[in-house]
Amino acid sequence: MDNFLQYLVSGLSIGSLYSLVAIGLVVIYRSNRILNFAHGDVTTAGTFFAFFMLSSNFSFAVSAVAALVFGALIAMAFYFCILVPAQRRDATQLGQIILTVGLGLILQGAVQYFGGTEPQSFPFPLSEYIVYKIGVVSLSQLSLGTLAASLLSCFLFYLLVQKTRLGLAMRATSENLPAAQTLGIPTRRILAISWGLAAGLGVVAGLFLAPALLLDPFFMLEPFLKGFAAAILGGLNSLPGAIVGGLILGVAEALTGGFVSIAFKNSLAFIVIILVLLVRPEGLLGEEFKERV
Amino acid sequence: MPDDQRKSLLRITSIETLYFDRIYALHGLSLEVKEREIFAVLGPNGAGKTTLLKTIAGLLKDQPKKGAIEFGGKKIQRLAPERVASLGIVYVPEDRGLFRELTVAENLELGCWGRRDKEVNSDMEEVLGLFPILKGRSKQQAETLSGGEQQMLAIARALLRRPKLLMVDEPSLGLAPLMARTVYDALLKISKAGTTILLVEQNARLALSIAHYGYIMESGRIVLEGTAKELSENEDVQELYLGLGGETAASPKGWRLYKKRRRW
Repeated sequence: MDNFLQYLVSGLSIGSLYSLVAIGLVVIYRSNRILNFAHGDVTTAGTFFAFFMLSSNFSFAVSAVAALVFGALIAMAFYFCILVPAQRRDATQLGQIILTVGLGLILQGAVQYFGGTEPQSFPFPLSEYIVYKIGVVSLSQLSLGTLAASLLSCFLFYLLVQKTRLGLAMRATSENLPAAQTLGIPTRRILAISWGLAAGLGVVAGLFLAPALLLDPFFMLEPFLKGFAAAILGGLNSLPGAIVGGLILGVAEALTGGFVSIAFKNSLAFIVIILVLLVRPEGLLGEEFKERV
Repeated sequence: MPDDQRKSLLRITSIETLYFDRIYALHGLSLEVKEREIFAVLGPNGAGKTTLLKTIAGLLKDQPKKGAIEFGGKKIQRLAPERVASLGIVYVPEDRGLFRELTVAENLELGCWGRRDKEVNSDMEEVLGLFPILKGRSKQQAETLSGGEQQMLAIARALLRRPKLLMVDEPSLGLAPLMARTVYDALLKISKAGTTILLVEQNARLALSIAHYGYIMESGRIVLEGTAKELSENEDVQELYLGLGGETAASPKGWRLYKKRRRW
């Protein structure tokens, strides 16, 4: 039982990061109807930016904020300079998805060029080795911080989407683009902001993943795939679904790793997804787009 | 009745809209909409009525290929839909263009987007006064409304933008006759309050009952125009659109062996 609680909590902590990655993917899917395969690489680029800032002796807070802005700027630049012109020329959805793959590869190359391929340890104010004991569960400072930071980010993002006018415009734009246009909502700007926010959430996840893993140009590949899986698990068009999907995936992974075998950690998580999708093809909280006259 | 003193609000001169660069949807169409009147565009399926409204609203990219659309003396063809909307042309599409997952109140709030004047609240009251049924449903998701209520919400939301020209596409589509009548009465009230309305409709009888002036459209062209009275008295319109007359020409079995030649 004690072990179970322990695995549950550490699963939630890592799962909350998957949730952040998944939210970024879902935001883009909902508003643009495309999958953003560059999400992981934008995150990597942002995290490396923080790494460089830290190496040049900036404080962690400054570096983190700068990394968020840097990641957001890359995503917004991609939207305005590549995706919008492509959409103007009637690019198909598949074509646009390939464009994100291209962006991902370009960023990967750039990160390798500027950051080197050697794994580096990421200096982080929270330590993995300071462990707190809460009841029967022991939690490292890092996991605790991860859990707090990602839940806070999710909550702030929820407030933004549900309670502000910007969020209202974002929901409207992603639901019915032509209607939003005819109401005079600046949809391009709103979509660009969505890209920026999605990338920002991704970079938050990257910043907390980097100290746990080692920082190299491919360190986001696995978390990106897990976030992707979490998004699909929750239903690709549901924001609460992304959060729930990420948490379930994290917990499933931790429980398998703990009780079965660490070798099965990744496979069983994905088996869970397959099972869920067999029963509910639209995902846990997803809704199929349906038409009604 | 249209009198020539009234200023023309929208003037369309021989526009051509193509789909996929080769299918003509609008074929050198011209029409004029004057201030403070209700204009109806009637026609059968596939005549290009919706395409006409979409072209005006700027929703068809790079269309019209040729011709000019002037709104209040300003050329607006090929502008982005956001720009057209900001000039005061509001388009209520056939599918009503609601945000289905958002509540009625949120839909209405989005109608006020970009407005900073102090009259937003009084406008909201006025609109809810026009469609009182929406008041009780403000927390409901738009997709849970009935068809007629959705149409009312769409028109209410459009009104909050204070349109100079309100373009409504088939407001009676899929509505029970009584509901359609309610929507049309509301349109008449809106027009009396000073908004110009361009109406596209298949239900000619309903449209001509409130319109001042009408255009009959077929295969991308205007084939006949006139005041509502002239049109409802026109023999061809009566037979083809209002389902009146022509009985003498029908055979005893109930069908005609030849197609009556139209005079346009």
